[in-house]
Amino acid sequence: MTVRVQESDFDTGAELDALTKGNKKIGGLAVFVGLVRELHVREGYHRDRVDALTLEHYPGMTETALQEMEAEACRRWPLEATLIVHRYGRLEAGDRIVLVAVGSPHREAAFEACEFLVDWLKTKAPFWKLEETPAGDKWVGAHEGDNKAARRWEKKQNEN
Amino acid sequence: MKVKYFAWMKRTVGVAEEEVTPPADVHTVGDLVAWLRGRSGGHAEALAEGAAFGAAVDKRTVTMDVVIGNASEVAFFPPFTGG
Repeated sequence: MTVRVQESDFDTGAELDALTKGNKKIGGLAVFVGLVRELHVREGYHRDRVDALTLEHYPGMTETALQEMEAEACRRWPLEATLIVHRYGRLEAGDRIVLVAVGSPHREAAFEACEFLVDWLKTKAPFWKLEETPAGDKWVGAHEGDNKAARRWEKKQNEN
Repeated sequence: MKVKYFAWMKRTVGVAEEEVTPPADVHTVGDLVAWLRGRSGGHAEALAEGAAFGAAVDKRTVTMDVVIGNASEVAFFPPFTGG
């Protein structure tokens, strides 16, 4: 159960190998890697080209928020291994931003917990994106789609 | 008490953080917001009524009615956009 917030890139393969090494209870590992995309698609059409972005975060609060999400995922699903690596600083199109990996004896729990963590970290971890576009710098606004995605997990929690 | 600002709020206020000593009648985060608005035009704009921003007290997300108490750090920020 590891959370890291770092400026440097990560090696996805090496991270996943290290995460599962020696744990033979893991039957499925679900992985999400977030990348900086070149085209900014919103409402179904291409808006501005994004050449790079700068991710700002709130040191101290970010780590705590991610650890709490991870703990929540472990309460909801039977997990054997979790890893969240989130980068900050200036990132260019094609660069990796975030790695979320979840290992469980069974694939359903791994898939669900991975999706849960990605949905929650988009709306509950203190990160902000400043995009560099040909028209100048722009702070990314919150997406209603992201909020909706995060809320469906709250519904599930209430139903349990 | 230390007050921190993030993302566009930092640019609008003009500083990333500042040390402030609010008067005794500032109890809640909402009280602090109202008091901070009087510090400069940038503060008034960033913390304007109806502006979409959140707050944290000692690095935990809170609502505006939370009492600040003996907290050492209050932060204001736009909605999160990580991932």
